[in-house]
Order: sequence, then C-alpha cells, then structure tokens
Amino acid sequence: MTIAAPYPSLGAAKERWYAPAARVLRRHEAKLGLAIVLGFLFLTVAAPLLAPYDPYDQELASALAPPSAQHLFGADQYGRDVFSRVLYGSRTALLAIIVADGLALLLGSALGLIGGFLGGAVDAIVMRLVDVLLAFPYLLLALIIVAALGPSLTNSMIAIGIVYTPQYARLIRGQVLAVRALDYVRAARAIGTPRWRIMLRHVLPNSFGPVIVMATLQAGSVVVETAGLSFLGLGAQPPSPDWGALLADGHNYFLTAWWIATFPGLAIFGVVLGFNLIGDALRDQFDPRRRT
Amino acid sequence: MPLEPRRVSGPFARMRTSLSWRSDRSELWRYIGWRLIQLAIVLIGVSIVVFFTMHVLPGDVAMLLLGDRGTAEQLAKLRLQLGLDQPVVVQYLRFVLAAAHGDFGTSLTSNRAAFDDVSTAFPVTLQLTLAALTIATVIGVPTGVFASLRPGRTFDNLAMTFTLFGVSMPIFWLGLMLLLAFGATLDWLPIGGLSEVGMEPPRITGMSLIDAALAGSPSMFWDALRHLILPACTLATVPLAFIARITRAEMLATATQDHVRTAMAKGLPRARVIVRHVLRNALIPIVTVIGLQLGLLLSGAVLTETIFSLPGLGRLMVDSILSRDYPVVQAGALFIAFVFVLVNLLVDLSYRLLDPRIRRA
Repeated sequence: MTIAAPYPSLGAAKERWYAPAARVLRRHEAKLGLAIVLGFLFLTVAAPLLAPYDPYDQELASALAPPSAQHLFGADQYGRDVFSRVLYGSRTALLAIIVADGLALLLGSALGLIGGFLGGAVDAIVMRLVDVLLAFPYLLLALIIVAALGPSLTNSMIAIGIVYTPQYARLIRGQVLAVRALDYVRAARAIGTPRWRIMLRHVLPNSFGPVIVMATLQAGSVVVETAGLSFLGLGAQPPSPDWGALLADGHNYFLTAWWIATFPGLAIFGVVLGFNLIGDALRDQFDPRRRT
Repeated sequence: MPLEPRRVSGPFARMRTSLSWRSDRSELWRYIGWRLIQLAIVLIGVSIVVFFTMHVLPGDVAMLLLGDRGTAEQLAKLRLQLGLDQPVVVQYLRFVLAAAHGDFGTSLTSNRAAFDDVSTAFPVTLQLTLAALTIATVIGVPTGVFASLRPGRTFDNLAMTFTLFGVSMPIFWLGLMLLLAFGATLDWLPIGGLSEVGMEPPRITGMSLIDAALAGSPSMFWDALRHLILPACTLATVPLAFIARITRAEMLATATQDHVRTAMAKGLPRARVIVRHVLRNALIPIVTVIGLQLGLLLSGAVLTETIFSLPGLGRLMVDSILSRDYPVVQAGALFIAFVFVLVNLLVDLSYRLLDPRIRRA
C-alpha cells in the first residue's frame, strides 16, 4: 500500500514546471526566441573578446566611414567603430533589464504583497497609489521621474522600474488574495506564526509563478523604453555605448551615414523580438483560454 | 412630484429594474457620478505626484531658476516671491488652486505663460495621435478579421509575423528608417516639420490638416497631409499590431460560440455570419483595446515628434526637461494625465453603452 506524500514532492514540482516548460520549448517560435536571447546573453559576456576596437577609441581619420572589412558596421562621427559600440551596448541593455525589471519586481511585489495580505485601509491606500501611477501614460511618468532625478542612465532605469511597478503590484496582489485563503496559510496563522513570516515564507513563494512569466514578458519592453529615454537624451549620456544613445547619434547623421542608426536599431529589434517570441509561447501555455 | 422608479424586491427585482428604461438611465448616471468621483481622487493623486517630484529636486526651485549667477539676496527674494518659505502643504494648495485656473507660472525659456506653451503644442500631438489611431484601426481590424478566417494559412501566418515584428519594433528606429527610405533616398515625402516654409495655414485649431482645409487651400492641405504621412505611419505601427492581434483572437473566440453555429446551421451566407454574428460580438473588446491604445500613442508621440521635428506636446516636454523649464514640465504633465484619465473614462463609459450585458450587470 502506498501512502500519498503529505507535502508536494520534487516530482510534483517537476510536473508543475518542467512539463509546461518542455511543452513551451517544443514550439519553433519559442526555440527561436530562446536562441536569440541566449545569443544576446553570450554577446554581453563575450563583448570584450569579440569587439575589434575599444568602443571609446576615436580614430578621426575614419570618421563616418561606411561599413567595410575594417569597420563591419562602419564608423561614427568620431571614427569610433559602430560594431564594437553595438556589442558593448548589449551590456547596458542587460543592465537595464536587471535593474529596471528587478526594481519593478521588487517594489511591485512588496506593494502587492502588503496590500493583498493586510487588506483593509492598507490595501486601499496601496491600490489608489497604483491607480495614480497608472493615470500617466508610461513614458510621461518616466519623463517626470527623470526630470526630478536628472538625466542619467541609472535614473532612467529607476524611472522605468517605477513605471512598471503598478503592473507587478496588481498581479501579485491578485495572487496573494487567492493564496492567503488557502488552508496552509490559515493553519500557519492558527499555530501563531508571525504575520511577516507567513507573508514571506508561505504566501510570497506561492504567489510568485506568474510574476516570473511577467518579468520575462517585460524584459523586451524594458530594453525599448530605456533605449527610448537615452534616444531623447534623458538616459545614458555620451560617450557611453548605449543602443538608444547610438541611435540618437545616428539621428543627427542619418542623411550622410545611415549605418550609425541602423545597426543599434536592429540590435534592439532583435532582442525585443527574442523576448516577445518566448513571451508569446509562455502566454499561450499559461493562459487556459488561449490553450483551448 | 418627481417620478421615482418603483422599488421592487424579491427574486425578480434585478430583472425588472434592468428592464426599466428609467432605472437603467439612473443607474448609468450613478455609475458616471461614481467614476467622476474616482477621477477627482486620481487627479488629486496625479497633482500630488507632479508637485512633489518637482519639489524633491536637488536644491530648490529658486536655485534652479537663478542658476549659478544668483546672489544669496536674490535667492531669498525669489524664495519669498515663489512662496517657498511657506510650509509644503500650503505650497501644494497654492499650486493646485493656481493650476485649477490654468496658471502654472511663466515658462523659463519662452517667457510666455507655461500653459499657453502647452495648449499651443497640444493640437499638433492630437492631430498626430488621431491620424495614427485611424490608420491603426482601418488597417488593423480588417487584417485581424481576414487572418481569423483561415487560421494557420498563408495570410494568417504573414499577418501574425508582421504584427510580431510590429510590437517588437522600437518606433524611434522605424521612424528613422522610414525617413531614410521615403524621405532621403526616394525623396517622396518631406523629412520633418508640419509644412513647407510659406505653406503654413493660418492658425485656427492648431491642427495643420484642419486649418488647411478651413483655409480652403488644396495645396496647403496636400502639403500638410504629406508631412503627416510618415509620422502617423510610424506612430501607428505598434497599436496596429495590437489591434490586429486582438481582433484575430476575439474573432476566433467568438466563432466557436453556439449562436454562430446556429446561424451557420440555418444556412445563412458566410459573409453575413462573419459580419453580423462574429464581428459584431467581437467588437466590444476590440473597441476597448483601441481606446486603451491612447497611453501607447501619447508615449510614442514623444519619440515620433522628436524624430520628425514636430512642435508637439511630447517634444515640448522633453525640451523643457532638458532645459529645466519646470513650469512647463508641470503644466504638460498635469495636462496629459488629465486628458489620459478622461479618455479612459470615456472608453469605459462607451463600452458600457455598447454592451447591454455590462450595462445591466
């Protein structure tokens, strides 16, 4: 006779995560997306090995040189190698994903967890705060925050992080509301577990699944938004090799040197496409309405 | 004596009230009233956010206004003048009262009233946004409908690939590439601005296309239209992709419902079933999504206006931030948030009116 395990075993966790993940990866779009994202991650690590020039090295003799064997993606107005700058730009993009997406996840989870678990007046205040943040078109909110903090790459990442916070807060609040009514949470409360411990040990880990999916979905948008702020001159400042800032350079020279704007733009497009392909497959997998 | 809807109790109460036209309307008004109260609360929140973000600046506004040149005496005088010596709550209340009268102070760059700068720039953004929304809807909805008719076939695959590219495209790059192709290389369309020098229509609404039409000059209208095509197409790309995707998804979801099967079983022509039974029912979520594109459009307008050198609200905001012209930043931020919240309310109300199920829920 076998007795059912009282706690979910590793097997159950496997069933919950590995099987859907394997199903997602069976789709060609998801495979392509994953390949693009892994390629992007590889480039961020291998940039110093692959870049033929230092991204800051000015060589005025080859200023505005078109793509050639010497400069694969051409050179910019100061003779800097665009290929090397695009390669190094991938590092800023990855940093933006880690900082901005991470900040949104952290702030949003904290707000959603506190509001959803404590309920009552705290919840009302948290949700009104979320409503107010959602009352701004997202780029406008980022502009206001950058206006207050001052234009810089770090500040633009903080701004984008705050802009995405409400979405995480709403998502995790909904999850928390469902989880906090479950038996094991009530049991923990009944044996006198402190509230903060219930929140962090029991409610949060069990509400986190969809948040991870959302973080993947948002990664592409975060890259575009941060590059957008840099393009407007409110993010990364010259001479740092950031895709948005490179595009802004290209904007000034696009009539004479199309290559300066074209390649960083293609890089942004590729990375966002990769994340969107994975995101679409994940959404199809986890959204029951779409699956049917 | 005013006529009150009769109160009914019991299991049929809800049904009877929902059938009564009068109480339907009073319910709607009550809902509008409740939403307006919510709107007021959100706007107070928005004003607090705008006011305080500008007041946590390193240093204070007086220091910013005077820059490095100000003496301590001038600084103290300006602080007194701006009311910066008052408690922050008093400052906030003064700010809100003045803002309610459209007074945000004077622009530090143009020396005009900050709100005048904003209201001059707004029609440019409005025209661009409306043009983009029109393009996105007119192309997006039919694309979604046709893609849903034969899912998995060539057109569907092409359309879905295109929409995937559309949502992944950074529009500031797309705008540049369109400029490069159609403006610089092919020389079919102008590379920026609202109109050629000497072709500016007399300002009536501030929207170049409408002003040119009102001036009755076909050449001015044509010129304004040519200047609008590239920015509007750039801005339309992402919403178009979203609208096409949601239309396809909703069409597919509706097509499997019973009433559609019944209509097909009755032998109605396929085109009629698609338009009358599927599309009509799929329209409500589509209309909602179209309405909700506004945030995306207003955000995209900031980038589009920068690329195409359009003197709109987005460009004004960025310029004001870069030149630290805070009165204009505050006026612009409050104004855009106000428009955004108001339009979201209208979208919400419109689908309540469109869908009897929501209206009577």
